[in-house]
Amino acid sequence: MAVVLYRIDDRLIHGQVVVGWGQPLDIDFIVLVDDNVATCDWEQDLYRMGVPPEMELVFADVAEGVRRHASFVADKRRGIVLTPDIETMRRFVAGVGTVKEVNVGGIHHRAGRSPKLRYVFLAPAEEVELRALIDTGVKVTAQDVPAARAVSMSEVLGARAEGTGK
Amino acid sequence: MTNSPGQRGEADAEANEETAPPARAIIAGHAGFADGLVSAVEQIAGTGSVFVPLSNSGLTSENIEERFRAAALANHVRVFFTDLPAGSATLAVRRLMRKDPRLILVTGANLATLLEFVFHAEEDPVEAARRAAEKGRASLVSHGGT
Repeated sequence: MAVVLYRIDDRLIHGQVVVGWGQPLDIDFIVLVDDNVATCDWEQDLYRMGVPPEMELVFADVAEGVRRHASFVADKRRGIVLTPDIETMRRFVAGVGTVKEVNVGGIHHRAGRSPKLRYVFLAPAEEVELRALIDTGVKVTAQDVPAARAVSMSEVLGARAEGTGK
Repeated sequence: MTNSPGQRGEADAEANEETAPPARAIIAGHAGFADGLVSAVEQIAGTGSVFVPLSNSGLTSENIEERFRAAALANHVRVFFTDLPAGSATLAVRRLMRKDPRLILVTGANLATLLEFVFHAEEDPVEAARRAAEKGRASLVSHGGT
């Protein structure tokens, strides 16, 4: 079954991912694609402590993630590809070229971001990145946990644009 | 309602000045996890003020870490109780521990854990946290089903 979820989540490894999605999807491995974490042993150790011992955690920068993607897809186990932000996922998806769907799981509030959904806040530059990702034909939905309804980010961005007159 | 990162409100402090024990630890976790546990401790022992409840809701990893750091400083505490070992609250505390190794973290906290802590909160925090973790672990028992 290989990679069953491509997720953008600024918290990376945390309860929603490991337990919330990991258990119902019966996940065996997580590929954490992040240029910063890929170069930091301490951060990697921190995230390793956050996953159960039977779950493999792979760290990769975008280039390595793209290079190894075929092997992740060919893996008989089930996995999640995780990125910390839209820009990283967009670069990853562009490099791979075969990703059909992306899940926006959590982009939380900070200065410069405006609310789109309860768990999705976007800065103008991030909105541009997200539109660019959607324009490549990838289906992008927001869904924090499996029990929640998946929301089309095209509709969210479209509705916001109409509503704000932009 | 989960406290802001700062010290407890002045009105609360005045109202409880003579009876409420000071904060000794922070409880942090998902949604209303901490609020619920503090409420339960208050009902059972009347010492909910020993804990400062914090939630990770709606915050980035960086903001969680900053909020926890500010709360620890404002309340002069160095013991954290968190929910999931893999949760964002736990990861935030572990990051803080890298900068301040004196901090103490107990993950998987439950009501038994916290009650044990409040009754030994005056002790050395390392020992109190160790005892609390043992108590919480021992309280997890499955009954019935035969």
